[in-house]
Amino acid sequence: MQVLIPGALRSYTHKSLIDAEGDSLLELFADLDRRYPGLRFRVVDEQDRLRPNMRVFVNGLGTRDLDHGLQSNDFVAIVQALSGG
Amino acid sequence: MSQSAAPTRTLKKAIAGRDASTASRLVVMVATRKGAWLFHADLKRRTWTTEGPHFLGHTISHLRLDPRDGRTLLAAAKTGHLGPTIFRSTNLGKTWKEAQQPPAFAKPANDLPGRSVDHTFWLTPGHASEPGSWYAGTSPQGLFHSKDGGVNWVPLPSVNDNAQFREWMGSAQDGTPDGPKLHSIIVDPRDAAHLLFAMSSGGVHESFDSGLSWATLTEGMEVVGGLDASILTFHDPHCVRMCPSEPGRLYQQNHCGIYRLDRPGGGTWQRIGRKMPRRVGDIGFPMVVHPRDADAAWVFPMDGTDVWPRTSPGGHPAAYVTRNAGKSWQRLDEGLPASQAWWTVKRQAMTADAQPVPALYLGTTSGELWIGRDEGARWSNIARHLPEIYAVEVAQLA
Repeated sequence: MQVLIPGALRSYTHKSLIDAEGDSLLELFADLDRRYPGLRFRVVDEQDRLRPNMRVFVNGLGTRDLDHGLQSNDFVAIVQALSGG
Repeated sequence: MSQSAAPTRTLKKAIAGRDASTASRLVVMVATRKGAWLFHADLKRRTWTTEGPHFLGHTISHLRLDPRDGRTLLAAAKTGHLGPTIFRSTNLGKTWKEAQQPPAFAKPANDLPGRSVDHTFWLTPGHASEPGSWYAGTSPQGLFHSKDGGVNWVPLPSVNDNAQFREWMGSAQDGTPDGPKLHSIIVDPRDAAHLLFAMSSGGVHESFDSGLSWATLTEGMEVVGGLDASILTFHDPHCVRMCPSEPGRLYQQNHCGIYRLDRPGGGTWQRIGRKMPRRVGDIGFPMVVHPRDADAAWVFPMDGTDVWPRTSPGGHPAAYVTRNAGKSWQRLDEGLPASQAWWTVKRQAMTADAQPVPALYLGTTSGELWIGRDEGARWSNIARHLPEIYAVEVAQLA
């Protein structure tokens, strides 16, 4: 599936759209960390929780449930929260 | 992730000057809310070369040089959104690599709630006899150790997963707005197994077995009026320092005053801040000790009245020095603004070099870096317009 990477994480991936695999968001982040070591911990904490100011959208719908199931043709967007000044 | 900075000077092979006689230059390491900077000077300390920013946009809580090799730098980093990590350079900041396993708490144990590291707050190089050993303190309060120069970090369960410690720590929501901290990690130069740390809040603790077990070290420390000093949750040490020339002596800047502890002896803190001028008080954050004179120490008072403005009393910044272990204090403000300067200097943002006549260095939350020549007798500005300064360290390079 395709994954949209926010600017703050491009130092890991060096591109905004990447291909990765996983049957759930947790598996997807494990795959991302194999490909780009260190990336997962910047987004998911050591208790397997999405960090407070990060968001994930699957096919345009937001979720914080990292057990959320994924299909191979899903589009996942990792987004920095947009708010504040 | 690897990053490279653009040094403004060639950094040749550098071995740390372990004492003033072998040093040929100095580097001041400034950690800020929006990145890190290095300031280089020769031993005259008159002109400074600026190198940076490193990690522009990252919150850097602490930047330390390994005194054992004089070239390894560790930076405790996060951004506003991304989780925490440690960056490591083995060439004095020319290039950086991210830690493979940054400090992270273990999964829940002992029926205690799981925690996540918000940021690494404090970095301390290990004992001279243990190359590659480093300690880290985090927010919320956690203690971590690395044996490989900061590449991989492991939590110390004797602190992080201990039910008594967790009670003293409280939850992350129980801390100050910037988060509760584990700080002031000290490795006794006489004994690698003798460790100390402090928690805001949660008291001062020490171990004589490399962190396997811990004892409290709070006798004599005061707490906010009306609270029970026997409950460690109420103890808020801001900064603890061990005298390099006399490791049996500790100084402490606390939420409730300035203290000294001497060993051998009873292990009781003495409130030496009572000799400070009443109009200034003895509240503040940093504590600085002299590299060779255990009777000399410096503080930088903050206004701790009313709602705790945490600014220079009266808008008139000054350091205070004692040269007799706290029996008396002298004001040091020559060259500092005389009025309307509402500075805040954080606990890691003041230090001293180890030259024959040491200079002090401090950074303000308004982004100014100052040097106090002649042991703080004469102050002058090194840099302005930096981001909010969190930490200032200085090291000697050969």
